[in-house]
Amino acid sequence: MADVDRIPILKMGHFLLVSIQVDMHDRLAMTLQDDLTSSIVKNRARGVLIDISSLEIVDSFIGRMLANIAAMSRVLDAETVVVGMRPAVAITLVELGMSLTGVRTALTVERAMEMLRGSVGEAARRGPADATDPV
Amino acid sequence: MPLIRSDKLPVASDGDIVMVRQRVRAMAVESGFSLVDQTKIVTAASELARNTLVHGGGGTAELEMLVQGARRGVRLTFRDHGPGIADIAAAMRDGVTTGGGLGLGLGGAKRLSNEFDIQSRPGEGTVVRITRWR
Amino acid sequence: MPSNAGSRVVQVLDKHENDLLTAWVDQQLKAPTLRRDLIREADVRAQSQEFLRRVRTAAGQAGLDTEAARWEAVREHLRSLTIERARQGFTPSETAMFVFSLKEPLFAQLRQEVGMDVTTLADEMWAANVFLDRLGLYTTEVYQQSREELISRQNEEMLELSTPVVTLWEGILALPLIGTLDSARTQVVMENLLQRIVDSGASIAIIDITGVPTVDTLVAQHLLKTVAATRLMGADCIISGIRPQIAQTIVHLGVELQSVITKATLADAFAVALQRSGLAVGRRTQA
Repeated sequence: MADVDRIPILKMGHFLLVSIQVDMHDRLAMTLQDDLTSSIVKNRARGVLIDISSLEIVDSFIGRMLANIAAMSRVLDAETVVVGMRPAVAITLVELGMSLTGVRTALTVERAMEMLRGSVGEAARRGPADATDPV
Repeated sequence: MPLIRSDKLPVASDGDIVMVRQRVRAMAVESGFSLVDQTKIVTAASELARNTLVHGGGGTAELEMLVQGARRGVRLTFRDHGPGIADIAAAMRDGVTTGGGLGLGLGGAKRLSNEFDIQSRPGEGTVVRITRWR
Repeated sequence: MPSNAGSRVVQVLDKHENDLLTAWVDQQLKAPTLRRDLIREADVRAQSQEFLRRVRTAAGQAGLDTEAARWEAVREHLRSLTIERARQGFTPSETAMFVFSLKEPLFAQLRQEVGMDVTTLADEMWAANVFLDRLGLYTTEVYQQSREELISRQNEEMLELSTPVVTLWEGILALPLIGTLDSARTQVVMENLLQRIVDSGASIAIIDITGVPTVDTLVAQHLLKTVAATRLMGADCIISGIRPQIAQTIVHLGVELQSVITKATLADAFAVALQRSGLAVGRRTQA
């Protein structure tokens, strides 16, 4: 297991970019949450892009982390978009019953940037709706 | 039921939860699980390991590779000597979680597995066992 | 049967492995039922040698309990041997006979070893009989399972061919489902759809169930889970082709479809998809 102290946060203009490449232990996830919040404030960021295309597992803890980040960023007047969720992860999250309400998602970084900049054709939707609740 | 291999891991820290995930993944791959099935059992393991750590005060995870005829499976048993669960039915119900509630852990792990069993009594700790077949 | 029954068998396996192997291979090659059209002499020798070697090792470590962990190497060998033979066209009986045919040479060896002690001989032959029966039956189980897996794999491949995911327009996919959906089939199809969405970068997938005669609760739940998973990934789903009967079933089953966009026809769904993608179809004006 790679001994990663913190997940790096990159600044791209008004946006922050985070790419989660490691199997995070819980404390690392909490640190990321804190770091992002501070970074949003410090950089007066308007948007946060979280790339999870390398994540093979998203459990309820990571799911809650993503939801928390989305909620906190909104309070700080920034939007968060989660990018690159793998099909197996999506299927498992649905089975797990995680709704991730309030978390906006995009298939690609390009699409996410469009969303963050205010997309053209599509009306901005607030995350996956109640269809994700267990049937 | 024949066992090909069994592994016992401690669950006493954050890092242990990651280790459990990685070892369950390896076992699932070796048992020939599809990618989706691998993801399901590793995620279930993560949920249960966290419960063991956070609510059980730490414990152990036993990982077993099973064979039944030509069928392959992975069985996981999480044990702790923590406070135990008074109302199991309530704990299994998915609730809105704030921070570290049992919330989705048990119900979710059950939905992600083919077999699920839980034994727990207040003051006597908890044992949760799940099995996923290929 | 006394608890140390089988101990002489273990001894014979240990002391007389080579003699046993020679006698056993001889017998297999002489048998009129040998499938010379399917297997070469060299392979019979090699497989028999490997099997006997593993049996000897396992028996030496754990006695004749074929379910024990130490016998896994033997089961592993039988597993791959059986699967290979099934693929080659051997029947389950022919495959099991590979194991059963070891009985005669083993009994002969036991008679030599145990001599005139009739009681012990009877017990030991019984022990040999039992463990070889178990292993022979194991091959039939594996054979059965491998046929089932082959059939299910072939089904999946047929499924993929019969449920192609179509790109209607850039960013818009359609999955026309035809025929009865069972739980397993639906899961496979849905997983494929999600992967196609990722691969093509489509933002909208239309699942058309015009060609599906009935939808039960399980299938309805799978459909909803697919929609939910699609949304989690950042795309969206529209379900089209819901006939009146299916609509009634869904309501009757109490399945909540509120947040899912549903349209009666694929055409309607396509129109919605175009609109949501910021596209419009226009008529060319004549020059």
